[in-house]
Amino acid sequence: MTIREIEKEITEEFSMFDDWMDKYNHLIEMGKSLPLVDEKYRTDQYLISGCQSRVWLSAEMEDGKVIFKADSDAVITKGIINLLIRILSNQTPDNILNAKMDFIDQIGLKEHLSPTRSNGLTSMIKQMKLYALVFKTKMTQ
Amino acid sequence: MNFDIKKIRKDFPALHQEIYGKPLVYLDNAATTLKPQVVIDSITNYYSTINSNVHRGVHYLSQQATEEFENTRENIRKYINARNTHEIIFTKGTTESINLMAYSFGKKFLSQGDEVIISELEHHANIVPWQMICEEKRAKLKVIPINNNGELILEKFKDLITKKTKIVSVSHISNALGTVNPIKAIIDIAHQHDIPVMIDGAQGIVHEKIDVQELDCDFYCFSSHKMYGPMGVGILFGKEEYLEEMPPYQTGGEMIKTVTFEKTTFNELPFKFETGTPNVADVIGFGSAIDYIKKIGIENIIRYEEELLKYATQMLCGIQGLRIYGEAKKKAGVISFLLKDIHPYDAGIIIDKLSIAVRTGQHCAQPVMDRFGIPGTIRASFAFYNTKEEVDKLVEAILKVQEMFN
Repeated sequence: MTIREIEKEITEEFSMFDDWMDKYNHLIEMGKSLPLVDEKYRTDQYLISGCQSRVWLSAEMEDGKVIFKADSDAVITKGIINLLIRILSNQTPDNILNAKMDFIDQIGLKEHLSPTRSNGLTSMIKQMKLYALVFKTKMTQ
Repeated sequence: MNFDIKKIRKDFPALHQEIYGKPLVYLDNAATTLKPQVVIDSITNYYSTINSNVHRGVHYLSQQATEEFENTRENIRKYINARNTHEIIFTKGTTESINLMAYSFGKKFLSQGDEVIISELEHHANIVPWQMICEEKRAKLKVIPINNNGELILEKFKDLITKKTKIVSVSHISNALGTVNPIKAIIDIAHQHDIPVMIDGAQGIVHEKIDVQELDCDFYCFSSHKMYGPMGVGILFGKEEYLEEMPPYQTGGEMIKTVTFEKTTFNELPFKFETGTPNVADVIGFGSAIDYIKKIGIENIIRYEEELLKYATQMLCGIQGLRIYGEAKKKAGVISFLLKDIHPYDAGIIIDKLSIAVRTGQHCAQPVMDRFGIPGTIRASFAFYNTKEEVDKLVEAILKVQEMFN
């Protein structure tokens, strides 16, 4: 699926919830269902520091696509990570670099991606794009 | 008790708003308190009428501004019972007061091999400035440890003192745990060795009556915005004998006596430490906040807050899976806690959605969190306009959080 298609799917998924609590329950479920990353990735090398919650992110290149794995110590943060991974993992570096990520706003979770939240998510997206750029550069070399 | 909570709440306009469609419950008072209308009016009034710079003009409004500004200094002197008005220095907050201290006291009194004592409970603002000056002067920073209840271990403090100790800087009340530190004992012990003591009173002065002469502390600093006054104003109280010796922290206008290109001589206290145009409107606003506190009566405030904290502690202790961090015998203003298996950030998001303002995270006190091996806490902090009903709403919110995450 393309990034646009996945975004549409997620937006539809979230449009079912009228109530904030249902939405957060869904996020919590998604947080819980995201597989824990291997202990070897939960180290300082992969840590994206947020003052409030911590995020670990790793990236690998497989058949021209970037595979992201991530984890967090907070469940709601992890729920949002799950969304970000659904969208950006298994995509080409170009598609990742071009992704606008405005769906977050549409599903009413923009506040979580504000730099003032300091939960590591804003830095995580930056880091994901940075990985994509590095892989892209490597591919063209 | 002469304490009409309904009437008091009317004085704070920010209390009467809805967040996410429900009445706000504001329990983040250790971060900043709400402002009573009189404070807001006082600032508006300054900009609507006086709006002049202090200490320079001969015109009417400038003189009026200077008078109100200096009256506030005197008002604050009285409030903490300092000996002299010129011992009250205006800064932009507690953080700047401590930076001024570390820089200026450090420059004058610290040399290689000297020692500075702080505590494990400190806010980063009372750690980093000392760390920086110690690094520069190649002095040593020593730390009074805390026990499992979050209380300073006084015996260990005594052991840390040596002939090389030049200053002790500790908080009055911990912003992260709410511990009320035995500052009188600390001051007395330090003075037996002729060591001056600086008290970070950012949380302390809000919940205690302060008499700097009775305490005999050498320095005491605090912020206006944590005691119902505007942001951007702080105080450094220091004993004259030290302040006279200390060099200026920043330089420019106002703090000078004469300037030639060869040499500058500095103005006298307190102006030596107050360069540039001060935050006149907010200083005057702070004066109104002090008047407001005096009107309610600090004794009444303390009594009411003690009862509220006791009630909140009891109620929170009744929640299964909730652990309070900081169980000192003497506490004020703050309850820090965690819910079993729930990250404080997760809890904070849901509590916020339930229209309750609490703070989550490390509260700028990373060493305290490391001491307990936790990523942070959820902190509810109280003021005298909070009610038991609001505590009940917090309890409901916590139960909701547990329901959602477990």
